[in-house]
Amino acid sequence: MQASDRIALLSAHVREEIDHWVSKFPAGRQRSAVIGALHAVQHENGGHLTSELMEAVAAYLDIPSIQVFEVASFYSMFETRPVGRHSVSVCTNISCMLCGGEQLLAHVEKRLGIRIGESTPDGRIFLKKEEECLAACTGAPMIMVDHRYYENVTPARADEILDALE
Amino acid sequence: MSQDKCTIQVNGVEVEARPGQMLIEVTDAEGAYVPRFCYHPKLSVAANCRMCLVEVENAPKPMPACATPVAPGMKVHTKSRKAIDAQRAVMEFLLINHPLDCPICDQGGECELQDLAMGFGRGVGRFSEAKRVVRDTSIGPLVSTDMTRCIHCTRCVRFTQEVGGLQELGTMGRGDRVVISTYIEQGVNHELSGNIIDLCPVGALNSKPFRFSARAWEMEQRPLIAGHDCLGSHIFAHLMGGKVKRVVPAACEEINETWASDRDRFSYEGLDAPDRLAEPLLRENGHWRAASWDEALDAAAAGLRRAGGDLAALLSPSATVEEGYLLQRLLAQMGSASIDHRLRRRDFRSQDTEIEVPWLGMPVADVERLDQVLVVGANLRKEVPLLAHRLRKAAVRGAGVAFLNPARYPMHFPVADALQGTPADFWLHLATLVRAAAQGGETPPGMAELLGKAPAPEERHRQAVARLREGGRSAILLGNIALRHPRFADIDVLAAALARLTGSTLGYITEGANAAGLALAGALPHREAGGRARARAGANAAEIIARPPAGLILFGIEPGLDCPGGAGWQRAPAGGRFVVAFSAFRGESLPALADVILPIGTFFETDGTFVNGAGQWQSFSAAARLPGEARPGWKVLRVLAERLGVPQPGQATAAAIAAEVRKLAGEVMPDALARQRPASAIAAAGEVSLQELDLPMYQVDALLRRAHALQLTADGLAGSMPEGERLTA
Repeated sequence: MQASDRIALLSAHVREEIDHWVSKFPAGRQRSAVIGALHAVQHENGGHLTSELMEAVAAYLDIPSIQVFEVASFYSMFETRPVGRHSVSVCTNISCMLCGGEQLLAHVEKRLGIRIGESTPDGRIFLKKEEECLAACTGAPMIMVDHRYYENVTPARADEILDALE
Repeated sequence: MSQDKCTIQVNGVEVEARPGQMLIEVTDAEGAYVPRFCYHPKLSVAANCRMCLVEVENAPKPMPACATPVAPGMKVHTKSRKAIDAQRAVMEFLLINHPLDCPICDQGGECELQDLAMGFGRGVGRFSEAKRVVRDTSIGPLVSTDMTRCIHCTRCVRFTQEVGGLQELGTMGRGDRVVISTYIEQGVNHELSGNIIDLCPVGALNSKPFRFSARAWEMEQRPLIAGHDCLGSHIFAHLMGGKVKRVVPAACEEINETWASDRDRFSYEGLDAPDRLAEPLLRENGHWRAASWDEALDAAAAGLRRAGGDLAALLSPSATVEEGYLLQRLLAQMGSASIDHRLRRRDFRSQDTEIEVPWLGMPVADVERLDQVLVVGANLRKEVPLLAHRLRKAAVRGAGVAFLNPARYPMHFPVADALQGTPADFWLHLATLVRAAAQGGETPPGMAELLGKAPAPEERHRQAVARLREGGRSAILLGNIALRHPRFADIDVLAAALARLTGSTLGYITEGANAAGLALAGALPHREAGGRARARAGANAAEIIARPPAGLILFGIEPGLDCPGGAGWQRAPAGGRFVVAFSAFRGESLPALADVILPIGTFFETDGTFVNGAGQWQSFSAAARLPGEARPGWKVLRVLAERLGVPQPGQATAAAIAAEVRKLAGEVMPDALARQRPASAIAAAGEVSLQELDLPMYQVDALLRRAHALQLTADGLAGSMPEGERLTA
């Protein structure tokens, strides 16, 4: 596939977003815009990246595809396979663990019938794998749903939050 | 003390250093060994293995020597308690996930990790949890992967990115799950990819063709000169029982640095080809039979004598100086000057006025110091991979490297301009460039007709000329495509004119390993040994191929594959023509054509000399054992000369022959611009296809055509044609 065909996979809005990130770095350092570019692409693609999209980003930034894949595989906020619509993270790092985060995670897993790293069969919820500290220790235990923080979460509160997701 | 020098202390000894230089360079120069895995002098500093931690006084923690710049007055200890403790701790971490499979690992015995574990590791591991396992993916036919052994030093990643110019490997994932891998199951296809085998400090990346076939300590190492391109790279052959098991580069900063191209590294596989000749073959009543040397040589001598003076010889451009010299002398004594090694050349109009010995016009290492380069007619990465690497270094440094080619070849570095035209006419750009360069001044004499054909200069032509004139060192290099072109004489005259007008050097990237050496040895129809013109020129390669004489000697070639037009050769009716072939392989075209086939050695098995593209004479001794009755080519030539009644006195060794040629050749290589060269008579427009001009890189000689793993690479399978052209081929 030609580079121009690959780039065609990116919407005008995504390209604008990428240009914005590229403009923040010195000329020739467009590799630095990969994280911003992948965020934009993933957001538009329902929460995950495909190899075609990663190649499109590489072609748009004029860098080797492998450099995009390196970044996508490094950061936990990028998903490289299809996942559920809503991303749910249950923190089990120290503060949350001490306040019952692990029990909360067990409850959520049981309720959804999936293990961490899996999505519900109806494609509604993706339970993110092993989230590290999300810096909300004062409200432990916490969960994050689609970038929104919920603090001091009890199992009952978790049920409410999950049930409210479309 | 001057600004650019400072003094530091290494283990209590005062040492001079450059401020800003990394500590490890200073300790290495001082001979104070610091263990390391990720540091490599040819690659950028990663500082991710942490093995080179040393103690620096007044620094709170041990510092990585590879990433700590020297500062005046620094006091460094490489063997103090603190340094050794840090190194031992790092070693323990590195070994946590490294498998204990040294007995079945090809790297065992020559492994940096194994060696350092001996020096810095503990006798007993404290880590009792499960080690991680990494699933292997195939990255191609040349490099085997055992990624469980990987310690993530990223030397291979940095090599593909910084030296190859095309990042084919990357670090995926993070933390304890990081793996080195290609992009989603793609292979590593670069023509220098084999170097990651040498760079890998552990057994994660190894040679696939060599896999499990010998242990490092069982082999002996013999130095050699690689015989597939005009660079003359230094290599080591590793042998067991007289057989080549593998080839690795030998460090030679001025030629191949520490690298080897895949072609030089893996061509040895062809030595064991099923059609390797181990005894002389004789045609008898239309059938081939094995013969003794006596029989075969007598038959060859008798047949050639019958041909009288109507004799010619074609030899491989990778034959040695000794072989070329003896062959042309034998022919001269039989009364013929029809000998040529320029098998794929099509245009000989200018042979009397062009440079006596085609060469780069400069030392190999100087190529990377050029400021402006125009490469004309070269698929450079495939023709001479390590010369392309030198040009890449120049371009990365900021030099302007422009190409004029009949196709667009991807270069993996910023290209100043890529002028392009059809295979038949791309060179007309050169005439336009000369017009642009001559604008306002006088056009070079005698070239009016050539220049008249050229389109008027456009802005990019004027810019190309301006770049060459810009100052600094500039060069015009003519590659294999130019040398094979049906209008080479015109290309050469125009290139010389452009070089003169812009103050550039003119150089040639020649075919085979020894085009310069064979020109000096007199393996040319119009020049004798040493480069002087012959009184009466013989037939050139094209004439010999078009009208084969009564007696023909083929040396180290397969006519069907090495000579354009040779594929159409028919065997003359009995008694019509007599063909003696010297060859390491039987092949298909030789048995169809020859009357006697004499088995000879390749450069792995022969004493010999190559003169590389920089004019360096490089002699080597036979490394491997010859199969069966096969003999070195130069010895066979000596005996054949005796049987023909034209003995060659006083040349009992290859070294003596080479010395004789060298005396004739002198020490100075010719200057391509030393003499005025007149434009040749205009030739009829020569139609030519890209496939005829640009050969697949692993098809250029008989040995390579039989190198199995190379044939399975992307270049081997597809040839070196650019994608668009390949489809129309």
